[in-house]
Amino acid sequence: MNKRFTATTRALAHSQLLIPLLAFFLLIVFNLIRDPSFFSVALVKNNLGNMVLSGNLISIIDNASELALLAIGMTLVTAASKGQDISVGAAATIAGSVFINVLRANDMSLPMILFAFLASCVVAMLFGAFNGTLVALFKIQPMIATLILYTAGRDIAYWINGGASPDLTDKTLTNYFGTFFPGIPIPTPILLVCVCLIIMALILKFTNLGLYAQAVGINENAARLNGIDPVRIKLLVFIILGICVALAGSVNVCRMGSLNHKTALLDIEMDAILAVAIGGNALIGGKFSMVGSVMGAYIIRALQTTLYAMEVSSDAIKAYKAVVIIAIVLIGSPVVKKYASLLFSKLRKNTAVVQTGDL
Amino acid sequence: MKKMKVLSLIIGLSLVLTMAACGNGGGDADTDTPSGDGPIKVGIINNPPSESGYRAANVKDFETVFTEANGYDASTYYSINNDEQLDAAKQFITDGVDYLLLSAASTDGWDGVLNDAKEAGVKVILFDRMVNADEGLYEAAVVSDMAQEGETAVTWLKGQSLATYDVVHIQGVMGSDAQKGRTGALDAEFASGAMTKIVQQTGNWSADEAKAIVESVINSGKTFNVVYAENDDMAKGAVAALDAAGITHGVGKDVVIMGFDCNKWALKELLAGNWNYDGQCSPFQATVIDGMIKQLQAGETLPEKKVISEEKGFDATTITQEDIDTYGLGD
Repeated sequence: MNKRFTATTRALAHSQLLIPLLAFFLLIVFNLIRDPSFFSVALVKNNLGNMVLSGNLISIIDNASELALLAIGMTLVTAASKGQDISVGAAATIAGSVFINVLRANDMSLPMILFAFLASCVVAMLFGAFNGTLVALFKIQPMIATLILYTAGRDIAYWINGGASPDLTDKTLTNYFGTFFPGIPIPTPILLVCVCLIIMALILKFTNLGLYAQAVGINENAARLNGIDPVRIKLLVFIILGICVALAGSVNVCRMGSLNHKTALLDIEMDAILAVAIGGNALIGGKFSMVGSVMGAYIIRALQTTLYAMEVSSDAIKAYKAVVIIAIVLIGSPVVKKYASLLFSKLRKNTAVVQTGDL
Repeated sequence: MKKMKVLSLIIGLSLVLTMAACGNGGGDADTDTPSGDGPIKVGIINNPPSESGYRAANVKDFETVFTEANGYDASTYYSINNDEQLDAAKQFITDGVDYLLLSAASTDGWDGVLNDAKEAGVKVILFDRMVNADEGLYEAAVVSDMAQEGETAVTWLKGQSLATYDVVHIQGVMGSDAQKGRTGALDAEFASGAMTKIVQQTGNWSADEAKAIVESVINSGKTFNVVYAENDDMAKGAVAALDAAGITHGVGKDVVIMGFDCNKWALKELLAGNWNYDGQCSPFQATVIDGMIKQLQAGETLPEKKVISEEKGFDATTITQEDIDTYGLGD
């Protein structure tokens, strides 16, 4: 029993998920002490007459959906290209504008929503391929390569929108995807993230994508010598990120049935990178954990919601967020980790001595 | 060392030459005082229309007024970067425009350029925003009074004679002119105790953030009967949160919804009775400026230096489709 316990703790200590789990645990404990009812979830009747779940927990997971979707794609890009795509927010507004403009130009129906999403997917994948080409073929640093779209993206979205922030006249059907399907009490964005995670897990299980991405991220030359084409893998991960971007943009449009190219998903690229980092993934590529990144996204949102609940003043909210994030990142840093594991093994030796002493 | 000297000499000379060339062009325009014949040369410096729905309407307004048919030769420069705007202003001055119309990206740093304009005989008219410069450096200013927008809205709110005023206040980006102006009036009510501040938080103009804030207020179990959002997007986000929690809003309902900017879609919400109030921030300054220029051209003096755009507040119970068509921004 004891042995198994120490084995699990040791596995956990070495696991990538230690930091996100710890951060999660601290946030939960902190909130429970502050307000025991913080995580209570209730079933309420919304204004459309459906019974839906409501509460901080639902808010956090729901509002983190776009971030989680982007973090999934960002993890793969980080693993394979040893860098991050900072254009995801801007690209998501482009995808969103394609989505909303297709819907505005046609009669609203469920198949049309699917078609609009596919259209935005194609556009986002093209932009992903553009970034991917710069990174894979021209060997430009990912952050520099994606800086182009980061700078121009929101203006491209504005141009697609024809110089306005578009608003859908009939929001009934898009609301299903942005809020709730009638009869289902869980917000649809949460379900979409789950579906996306499951599909991703299946892809990673049944194809070599994950292994190849890691191999390219760890050592490109070694990967090439083993018959993996780094260019193709890098291009592929950026295109997959494009799909995530299209999903995030479309979900965001569905929430309110409108798109403001200036404020939609603003600064989300930074949060997405942060989510990957909090998830315990090395930002210099290689080994990765998809679940860790998604947990990172939920932690960032939970932090935001906690700050709202604490009624931190408007001027100071960013500073508070920064302090907590510095703490999380520091705890996850290699230096602190090394000290922690040293301390841990010392403790273990001491207990071992005590145990033998008992015998 | 010697090479460097020669090089810098060449660069310096070429600079002087180009400047002289530009100066020549400007010089011609300077010598003939603006007269009735020939189009009036106007240089417009504005923020790019992509900045916001407000700006798009503002740019369109200027495009429709300052036309050739109206007797103007207008050129426009758009930038959200103050330095680029300053360069453009210098260029307009050397090009010898008669009038420089300016909506500054940032309020500081304009003294030098405005001085140059004055020396070159270029008349400057500020619009939309003031700059931190001596009053003598510009002819007139046609601006919005954001504080007045807040006053108008709060006066309207007080007129609703609710039993209590429990307000959720969602602010814009902290420190922006619109945020400071629209927050001021409400802060005064909180301070005097006439209204209760349930929560005051910045939504950074974003619908998503406003939704998250209102969700958090609802989840904390606090009750409120007014949402005062400093723009339309954030009011929309707040309404989305209320809808999900089954709290009614609008005319005769549980929560009063207030927004700003008068986007067309927002005014439609008012007409449908889902919102209660929308405050205008008028982007229509071109006609007033056109009148001013005509006056100045006729040799008259302007009655007042600073003109505050007339700005309305729309009430859901009195708004008409005609109001939406006239004052609504966007499509």
